[in-house]
Amino acid sequence: MSTASESIGQDQSEIFRGTAEGETRLRDERSSDRITAAAIPAFVFGEELADLADDDERIVVVTADLAKANRAVDFAARHPGRFFNLGIAEKNMITVAAGMASCGHVVYAATFASFCALLGAEQIRTDCAYPRMPVRVVGHHSGMSMGFYGTSHHSLEDIGMMRTIADLTVVCVSDANHLRGVLRASVDHPGAMYIRLGRGRDPEVYTSVPDITFGRAIRLREGSDIAIIATGSEVHPSLQAADLLAAQGISARVIDMHTIKPLDVDEVLAAAAECGAVLTVEEANRTGGLGSAVAEVFADHRVSVAFTRHGVPDEHVLIGPPAALYDHYRLDAPGIAAVAVDALQGAQR
Amino acid sequence: MTATASTDQLLDHLADRAKFVRLETVRLARIAGAGHYTGTFSCAELFAVLYYHVLRIRPSEPRWPDRDRFVLSKGHAAIGWYPLLADLGYFDPALLDQFTRLGSPFGDHPDMRKVPGADFSSGSLGHGLSISVGMALVGRVQGRDYRTFCMLGDGELAEGQVWEAAMAASHHRLGNLVAIVDRNQLCIDGRTEDVMAVEPIDQRFAAFGWDTHRVDGHDLQALLDVFDALPASSGQRPQLIVADTVKGRGVRMMELSLAWHVGSLMGVDYDAVIAELEQGLRPLATEDPS
Repeated sequence: MSTASESIGQDQSEIFRGTAEGETRLRDERSSDRITAAAIPAFVFGEELADLADDDERIVVVTADLAKANRAVDFAARHPGRFFNLGIAEKNMITVAAGMASCGHVVYAATFASFCALLGAEQIRTDCAYPRMPVRVVGHHSGMSMGFYGTSHHSLEDIGMMRTIADLTVVCVSDANHLRGVLRASVDHPGAMYIRLGRGRDPEVYTSVPDITFGRAIRLREGSDIAIIATGSEVHPSLQAADLLAAQGISARVIDMHTIKPLDVDEVLAAAAECGAVLTVEEANRTGGLGSAVAEVFADHRVSVAFTRHGVPDEHVLIGPPAALYDHYRLDAPGIAAVAVDALQGAQR
Repeated sequence: MTATASTDQLLDHLADRAKFVRLETVRLARIAGAGHYTGTFSCAELFAVLYYHVLRIRPSEPRWPDRDRFVLSKGHAAIGWYPLLADLGYFDPALLDQFTRLGSPFGDHPDMRKVPGADFSSGSLGHGLSISVGMALVGRVQGRDYRTFCMLGDGELAEGQVWEAAMAASHHRLGNLVAIVDRNQLCIDGRTEDVMAVEPIDQRFAAFGWDTHRVDGHDLQALLDVFDALPASSGQRPQLIVADTVKGRGVRMMELSLAWHVGSLMGVDYDAVIAELEQGLRPLATEDPS
């Protein structure tokens, strides 16, 4: 068992249950880069909400039998009267959250992204967004971060699906500090939200908790040859890719487009105006995702720019450990840098 | 006044309000050019008993935190529900003259953001009981003694989410939750028992940990008895009331007819139906579904 999991470079127990008792580092060194458990987004979810709930009686957390995976247990331990496990019934969980919200609560409903955003899409639309309920549907282990668990557990369609829903704010989280900032900003945000998390082992992007304004991107690195507009789990490798590009004499701007909806249109237009090319990077299907949202801005504003959408091709992805998948689909730092070089060469032709 | 006289007055008033629901349904459907007649007629007595006897509400204060909640999970009956809300004073009845017209607050399915007195939006079947579970759960969190009532259709019971909610309700011991099934026998394509059997409804809910009650949903006295006998909201078991009704009840040609789930009464038919409804409920016709 442990031998088998080590042979594929990943310990399943830590995906679902966090770190083993007393252990503060994950074993999947290829994709986690020996990061500490404290820097793992999903794992600060319950702790941060518990802190917020100390001073705010409106906050309630519900989950669907994944309290350990998303660390809602940390919230439950401190606020047991405001935590409800609704079992493996995600549609019910989301709608229950909407009913709670209608009575004055701000409700965080967390489960795997594939089982809330995909399975519960209509509940998010009809019960949360349409009546503008302050429900925060938190989809963790999004994209293909579940790796070899396969397509059933992947969520590559969620960005495209969620951003077509009116009155829904869509946010992608890039690391633990970012998650804390997003959660803090979310409490008083009007209406419903979809908050997309990685698998809880995303390396650090922010060294402290950023002030988040939904709809306003964060420019992490200045540059002029190409603007890399990334979101969620792709922000960190995009920053690494910028370093690789700098070594080749290419100046890359890196933007954390954490809010997919409403999109920071000004930042997108500035990227087109001030950089030679624009590249979007997301751990999601290229169809309908961040890249499509940026393309819509260019179309609406009649902007002509060398533009490349990078993400997962429109296919059900291969079986494999996450790190191998990121390598295969060129969504790790070397892959993104290579795509950027291709994009610049294409722009020059 | 004696208790009996008072009860008779109440029954007369409830019968009158049930008639009002049916008449208004017919009137509003004519404005819209189409309407859900039969599934609204079946729950007219339920609406009347709930809104003029059972629910603890303050129409002058629609968001009163301690009010009983009512979730119309069978949102297609909103056409008969809006007039009651107007009658109780939640909004100006004249607004209903614009029912379903461009920009109206009143669609065929209710929008809580637009309709004062609507505790939640509905229209997508299978959601209402989950909404109600959420309302009941936080009633406990907030230490309030309100009850949450949810009215479902019988065909709706084929939606899987209903059973997710039913399971959650008993697991979390929601004695402050009351589900009402308008057992009007028909869904769109036929009898429920032919399209997707839902019986035995009470036994199924009982197996999910609910207390169950079964009643003639057009018998006002029987409805009063069952609602008045519900245990206190501090109880530990959710309550189910299966109201045996007749889809289309009140208009002979519509009773257990598949033709009038959505329809449009015109001309002499309209006038004849109004005249029939004005007489109040008559004995049931016994025809088979057309």
